[in-house]
Amino acid sequence: MAQVKLRDIRKSYGPVEVIKGVDIDIDDGEFVVFVGPSGCGKSTLLRMIAGLEDISDGTLEIDGIRVNDIEPSKRGIAMVFQSYAIFPHMTVRENVAFGLTINKAGKAEKSEKVAEAARILQMEHLLDRRPSELSGGQRQRVAIGRAIVRDPKVFLFDEPLSNLDAALRMDMRMEIGKLHQDLGTSMIYVTHDQVEAMTLADKIVVLKDGKVMQAGAPMELYHAPENLFVAGFLGAPSMNFMDVTVGSVNETTVSVSNASLDQIDVPHKGRNFVAGQTATLGVRPQYLHPATDGQGRLHGKVMLSERLGSETVIDVALADGSKIIAALAEDSIQEPGTAANFDFNPAQAHIFPETR
Amino acid sequence: MASKLTTSNRAGWGFALPGFGLLALFIVVPFFFAFFLSLTNQRLISPNPTEFVGLDNYRDLLSISVLSIPPERDDAGQIIRDDDGEPTYARVRTFTRNNPDFPQYAGMREWFRWHSGDTAKVVVATDVVFWKSLRNTLMFVLVVAPVQGALALGLALLINQRLRGINVFRTIYFMPVVVSIVVVSLLWRFLYADDGLLNNILHALSFGLFEGRDWLGDENTALGAIKAMSIWQAVGFHMVIWLSGLQTISPTLYEVASIEGASKWQAFRYVTWPGLRNTAVLVLIVITMQAFALFAQIDVMTNGGPLDSTTTVVFQAVERGYGKQDISGGSTISVILFLIVLSISLIQRYLTREK
Repeated sequence: MAQVKLRDIRKSYGPVEVIKGVDIDIDDGEFVVFVGPSGCGKSTLLRMIAGLEDISDGTLEIDGIRVNDIEPSKRGIAMVFQSYAIFPHMTVRENVAFGLTINKAGKAEKSEKVAEAARILQMEHLLDRRPSELSGGQRQRVAIGRAIVRDPKVFLFDEPLSNLDAALRMDMRMEIGKLHQDLGTSMIYVTHDQVEAMTLADKIVVLKDGKVMQAGAPMELYHAPENLFVAGFLGAPSMNFMDVTVGSVNETTVSVSNASLDQIDVPHKGRNFVAGQTATLGVRPQYLHPATDGQGRLHGKVMLSERLGSETVIDVALADGSKIIAALAEDSIQEPGTAANFDFNPAQAHIFPETR
Repeated sequence: MASKLTTSNRAGWGFALPGFGLLALFIVVPFFFAFFLSLTNQRLISPNPTEFVGLDNYRDLLSISVLSIPPERDDAGQIIRDDDGEPTYARVRTFTRNNPDFPQYAGMREWFRWHSGDTAKVVVATDVVFWKSLRNTLMFVLVVAPVQGALALGLALLINQRLRGINVFRTIYFMPVVVSIVVVSLLWRFLYADDGLLNNILHALSFGLFEGRDWLGDENTALGAIKAMSIWQAVGFHMVIWLSGLQTISPTLYEVASIEGASKWQAFRYVTWPGLRNTAVLVLIVITMQAFALFAQIDVMTNGGPLDSTTTVVFQAVERGYGKQDISGGSTISVILFLIVLSISLIQRYLTREK
């Protein structure tokens, strides 16, 4: 159990800076997910914490100790890789006990710790098999078992579910969540899948181009994204964005409109706007609903109606040619080609000064 | 689009025919020819008709026996000793030539002997030179296969690092492989010569203590000198095979080892070596086969001498077949070599099989 502290962490490959000053605090027992598009530096950051990549600048502390120059094995971490990285020539038992073998642990300690890890992961029956006889999910379980045996202060997961098929991914996701509950150890988890981020995290860190875009609790990020990138990255289907013109700036709201959108006052949450500028309005598809008064605020034309059962997703074309998506209740099927009028609660909309 | 040419069976065979025909003519047919010729008394050029002789050639080559010669005794039954106090023995030829009491030793010659008590045990063979060539070849394989394999692995590990200029080293190590073995052998003959580079270097390094020796002219050093040169010449080739094996090992496995705190040796023991299993089998079999086929170095450097100390099985096959025009004898040696290499390969495959 340990706190992890990153202060102005930087990483350069020659003249190219890939991590551009990252500050993150991870509390004891917290489950932190680094999420972001590929190339955002999330895996590099994790590998720097693990000690597999050098830290060019900044300070990394685990448990109050600066570990920048400490070997990976002495940092008190365990890592689970996307490719499982289990040894094909060893049985499951030997794989799980690998760290103990390296450190020349006694036979009794070995079998006790392996049995404990196998019990936690419910894989006692797999111990004498070889990796070639295991499914992807079982292999990843072995890799997690190897991490548990290390009894680390911090678990590091590098996209552990990306090589699994969809159904298995969901099972393993739940198991990792349960593992965190059982062990109560700090975990850092890297993924590009926002569903994994939302479901598992105590705290999500959204990264882009080597910088932290926003860090916070999942629902905080979902409901109060600080910028356009975070707003668009979390949530499925992703948030609708519309270019709007700012009419007037009031004390707590701005008044915006465009060709398809009637004037509406949206809380600006302290962001600065000037009248007449172009801004971006974001509304989640789930918060759009058909206008009950027949008028509505947002007008468009239905392009496509997709029935998903639990909800109906409607593609709507707006006057300026852009497209938005509305996720409606299950039976709200609308004919393509018909006019659609939507309404939404301005408190659930987000206005950003930047344009896309 | 599949044209008529690419779908026609006859066209396919037509295209395969030149290659297939050449392979058949120069590899498959000679292979079976060797089997057939080894059962005859065919000579390269001979006015006499070829006769089928069964397994006579094999018997002549492989006949080997141990002859026990008791020490000579005087009339009182005392062992006659020479001036040094050693017992004296009857000459071997008294048993092997025209001695009706020992027909089984007829025509055999002494290869080597040892003493068991006062009795001399003499190993006699019909074809001593062949047995010497077999021993030399086996000694060559036994030294070259492990040393060359291990050295190549060491070099591969060294050049598998990301260092500036590592390609220069790769090139240097690989260079001897691309040079013809005949050229290499000629150059090393100069190195090994009495006034050659090696003697001069050793002389200088030992501050004049080392007098120099004729490496290839001494029966005790000739085969060793050829082993050293052969290892040096082909080590680069096997280095490349090892290198390709090393690069198939996932770097993530090394990261796991480093997170678990493995030392360099442990990383090699638990990650590298198991990952090289299949490569190791390949390298071992290839080196063994190449070593058994030792010929060019011998032909260029020593011609099998001195005192047959460097003669090898393939050298004997060529020497007999073409030098002595005894095609059937050469074929017999080829067939025996084939059987030896085949069985060693099978044993190696069995020992290194997936469990």
